Amino acid sequence: MSRLPLTSSQTVGPFFAPTLLREDAVRHVLTQPDTIGERIRVEGHVLDGDGLPVPDAMVEIWQANAGGRYNHSADQGPAEVDLTFVGFGRSGTTEDGSYWFETIKPGRVPFTGERAQAPHICVAIFARGLLNHLITRLYFEDEQSNAEDPILQCIPAERRATVIARRKTHEELIVYCFDIILQGAGETAFFNL
Amino acid sequence: MNQITIGDIVRGDREVFPPYLYEAYQSTRRRAPMLPLIEVPLTLSELTGPGPAISAITFEDSDLTRNAGTGGEAIGQRIIVTGRVLDDRSRPVPNTLLEIWQANAAGRYLHKRDQWPGPLDPNFLGMGRCLTNAEGIYRFLTIRPGAYPWKNHPNAWRPAHIHFSVFGPAMLSRLVTQMYFPDDPLHMLDPIMNAVPTAAARKRLIAVYDHSVTEPEWALGYRWDIVVRGASETPFEAQEDEQ
Repeated sequence: MSRLPLTSSQTVGPFFAPTLLREDAVRHVLTQPDTIGERIRVEGHVLDGDGLPVPDAMVEIWQANAGGRYNHSADQGPAEVDLTFVGFGRSGTTEDGSYWFETIKPGRVPFTGERAQAPHICVAIFARGLLNHLITRLYFEDEQSNAEDPILQCIPAERRATVIARRKTHEELIVYCFDIILQGAGETAFFNL
Repeated sequence: MNQITIGDIVRGDREVFPPYLYEAYQSTRRRAPMLPLIEVPLTLSELTGPGPAISAITFEDSDLTRNAGTGGEAIGQRIIVTGRVLDDRSRPVPNTLLEIWQANAAGRYLHKRDQWPGPLDPNFLGMGRCLTNAEGIYRFLTIRPGAYPWKNHPNAWRPAHIHFSVFGPAMLSRLVTQMYFPDDPLHMLDPIMNAVPTAAARKRLIAVYDHSVTEPEWALGYRWDIVVRGASETPFEAQEDEQ
């Protein structure tokens, strides 16, 4: 089948924040009071090839609900939709390059056949200097199922740690730290998607 | 501008998408990944996305000439920018959110980091959004943005452009890009536009003047279609397609 040629990508540039991060467009908190699932905070920094913070980036996330179901018509279950949970987050970065979300830990979503993926959050990074956005995933370090995840297995073993968030113990809230390194030592594994 | 390194790392089709490293655009130098992108299969995670859900909870705001809320109208050549959002199988993408931002008629952004001495317009915020209709059609009323000076290289000016953010049906279709205007002599001098690898792909970023869109004694009309990667109905089907 002949395909229409795609529209190319261009950088978000330096001036997107008033539009893409306006009060009713930014989404740090993905949960509502009735949302089902284990509350977690995801936080980290976006860093450049000199290890310096990227203060003008945007991080978007997309994830399944606690049962492993996406709020989207292409996901037909069997897990149930949580009507209080869209699964989309959008954060800017501050002067120290940090971003954050409050969400729930997603469940495992299907792969093919009987196989399931390990719990993960899809991550997209936009910034001045990125002519095309970057795509990666956040996995959780305390997940046994990481060992059988089909996407993690695509990443060379020595780079896998770059997509696995570290759990920090706090008294009240579970925090997962996930730095995104655009270039250089510890460069995050990004996907050709 | 002549001696530049163009990186080898590209996400997606090399005939369409810019490399991450394009040294003529200086901000790419310390932000472009240097290691190969990982090839991964498509899964439900990529074939779903927030587009439909976000569209249901976002209000439309497609008149940039008046949405500053001052009661006054933005200064500049009033234009209509309209077109269709399609997927690569020519299917319209209905009910998807477009967010746009742009400089004012003088080429100045309303942003604390834009300090060049172009005048601000109190009646222009330079931001808008709308949803595509059932046929995938969007429509904005705005003013034509001016060219914009930047510090990338001596006497650098960005051609007039409007930034577009598009969700589309799935994560796979997410796109942020820029729309340019026809017959602009700055196109050939702009490293951001020229990072797009082929003339055909660059041309697709340029709107077409369309007199049938122009409204008499009101606004000039431009047409610009956007094509995003489509998401098949099931991951299994998509994986077959990719092979």
